[in-house]
Amino acid sequence: MKELEYPFDSAYLLKKRKSIKREILEKIEISKSSGAKILEKRIALLGGSTTHDIRDMLDLFLLNNGIKVDFYESEYEQYWNDVMFDNPELVEFKPDIIFIHTSTRNIKNFPTMRDSRESVDALLTEQFAHFEVFWQKIVETYKCPIIQNNFEQPFYRLLGNRDVWDYRGKVNFVSRLNQKFYDYAENHENFFINDINYMASCYGLQKWADPFYWHMYKYAMCVDAIPEFAYNLANIIKSVYGKNKKAVICDLDNTLWGGIVGDDGAENIEIGQETSVGQLYSEFQNYLKAHKDLGVLLTVDSKNDEENALAGLNRPDSVLKPDDFIVIKANWNPKDRNLLETATELNIGSDAMVFIDDNPAEREIVRAQIPGVIGAKVAVPEMTAPERYINILDRSGFFEITQFSSDDLSRNEMYKANAERAKQQASFSDYGEYLLSLEMKAEIKPFVPIYMSRIAQLTNKSNQFNLTTLRCTQADIERVASDKNYITLYGKLEDKFGDNGVVSVVFGHADEKDNTVFHIDLWLMSCRVLKRDMEQAMMDSLMIECKSRGIKTVKGYYYPTAKNKMVKEFFSQFDFEKMSEDETGNTIWERTVEDYQNLNRYIKVN
Amino acid sequence: MTREEVLEKLNEVFRDVFDDDDITVTDATTANEIEDWDSLSHINLIVSIENEFGMKFSMGETTHLKNVGEMVDIIIERAK
Repeated sequence: MKELEYPFDSAYLLKKRKSIKREILEKIEISKSSGAKILEKRIALLGGSTTHDIRDMLDLFLLNNGIKVDFYESEYEQYWNDVMFDNPELVEFKPDIIFIHTSTRNIKNFPTMRDSRESVDALLTEQFAHFEVFWQKIVETYKCPIIQNNFEQPFYRLLGNRDVWDYRGKVNFVSRLNQKFYDYAENHENFFINDINYMASCYGLQKWADPFYWHMYKYAMCVDAIPEFAYNLANIIKSVYGKNKKAVICDLDNTLWGGIVGDDGAENIEIGQETSVGQLYSEFQNYLKAHKDLGVLLTVDSKNDEENALAGLNRPDSVLKPDDFIVIKANWNPKDRNLLETATELNIGSDAMVFIDDNPAEREIVRAQIPGVIGAKVAVPEMTAPERYINILDRSGFFEITQFSSDDLSRNEMYKANAERAKQQASFSDYGEYLLSLEMKAEIKPFVPIYMSRIAQLTNKSNQFNLTTLRCTQADIERVASDKNYITLYGKLEDKFGDNGVVSVVFGHADEKDNTVFHIDLWLMSCRVLKRDMEQAMMDSLMIECKSRGIKTVKGYYYPTAKNKMVKEFFSQFDFEKMSEDETGNTIWERTVEDYQNLNRYIKVN
Repeated sequence: MTREEVLEKLNEVFRDVFDDDDITVTDATTANEIEDWDSLSHINLIVSIENEFGMKFSMGETTHLKNVGEMVDIIIERAK
């Protein structure tokens, strides 16, 4: 819903929350009936201040991302006690995520002018320990991701400007405590900081921390700021559940540079350091280019003759070059058609794309023409004025990073290498010969710590080659990896054009009652290695491992979604027998282990 | 703004906040007459009224409001 996209009207959302919720629930029912999958999650809000309106706003933003949430709210300021003393209500709630809503208002002891350096250090250690034991207890009891606020700056400065550097200053103390939080975040997986310090400064600390709302309602921030706060928090949650976008598809004229290259000529468009407008567009190009390092794919969708589009991008002062884009569609076709073709070429859904265009008419066409349901639709941000482009994209949080793997750094190169492979394939008449020419090497092994984050990321991002679409947090992945009843396998594939990184994940468990029976819980593969024999190599490894554990029978499961039809018959190619099919199309498959013959012919394994 | 105009705009805000088009507020309306009007929704009501009229209630006023009529008094007073 457009009302819930950044930038939104906070006052409107606060006032109309009830009718908006009604409307969005109706839309979700409609999309469910057309087969869309709505995630259902349980989130505990543990507050050091009131959370009521935060819950309402968070609820709306998450629903808009296709996530339906059951909330638990702690009683006022009971965040610490609820966890430390195992409040049965919370234990029974079994949260999927715990959000800790603390703020500078919850820091009980600040330094005074009488304190020594040592006593302030001790105070800092004590404040931090209060949180550290609490987080550790959450990890032990709930094993779920934690989202923790940092601290906003205090709203007054007793020492004036000195407050920022003097160890007795509140501002100094808060900064040091924040730094300790960040060190913890750096060293702990499944722990995310909700940066309210940044939010408060964007909003204006004076207004944000208006004491009226604390003393009147025990809100740590003014009520009008709550929608922005909740939106920022929702970005973390939707990212944890794999709802990030994957690609940018952008217009050129008046989007990446000022002017119209076809009319004005490449020499006259505004880009580079010569004019203020040129500088503005250069800054925006730099911002977009930096997304390549996050693993975001860049593509072009422009109404232009291709030679003009390329001439613009080839200007020496253009930050983005033709090479920075994986697909460039510069033609006179409707933009929605270009977008759908680009999605197909990249092997991603159109709902994973962000369409960037300064022209409101084009944005409207794309919104109207590209199919999609709530929580799974192309994003079309309101790019109104070039000086706001960065702000709008940045705060929209399309690419909020909660997991980052080295694969992300090289994703654009991998897609480029895929284009090279496609060329090579065309030169072989026999597909087998082509596969041999790729000189593929795979590493297929049980989950190891360095890939946990990538594995979790894959379970959240893969839609097409995914048999059960089981979404996992990193905590889930770590749990199955350490459980002896589980067999876990990741597959990493390399060939002469480059390293594809971890592209396949499989895990399953031995039956609790009969340990000669094995259930495949999850089987997925990245579509960029389709038709490379990788699934055969994975199955071979799985069967070998099953055999060595004395397993006799393997059971496979296929749960249909709107996107995974390509693997409907996956198990039949491995001679599994279809045992049952229910009315929704869920199928159960089975085969014996003993007579399995290895199938992979082209990949050298381990 | 006349008292009637203020009441009319207020009525709109009440209907939006409580998502109930049957609400009609008068000077005498209190929280007892509106089912969902509790201390939590009161916060949203006050903030929405403030945004609608571009004014702020003081802490004392927020705490001691007895009925809708008193809200109208304050809004009219602020507009002067």
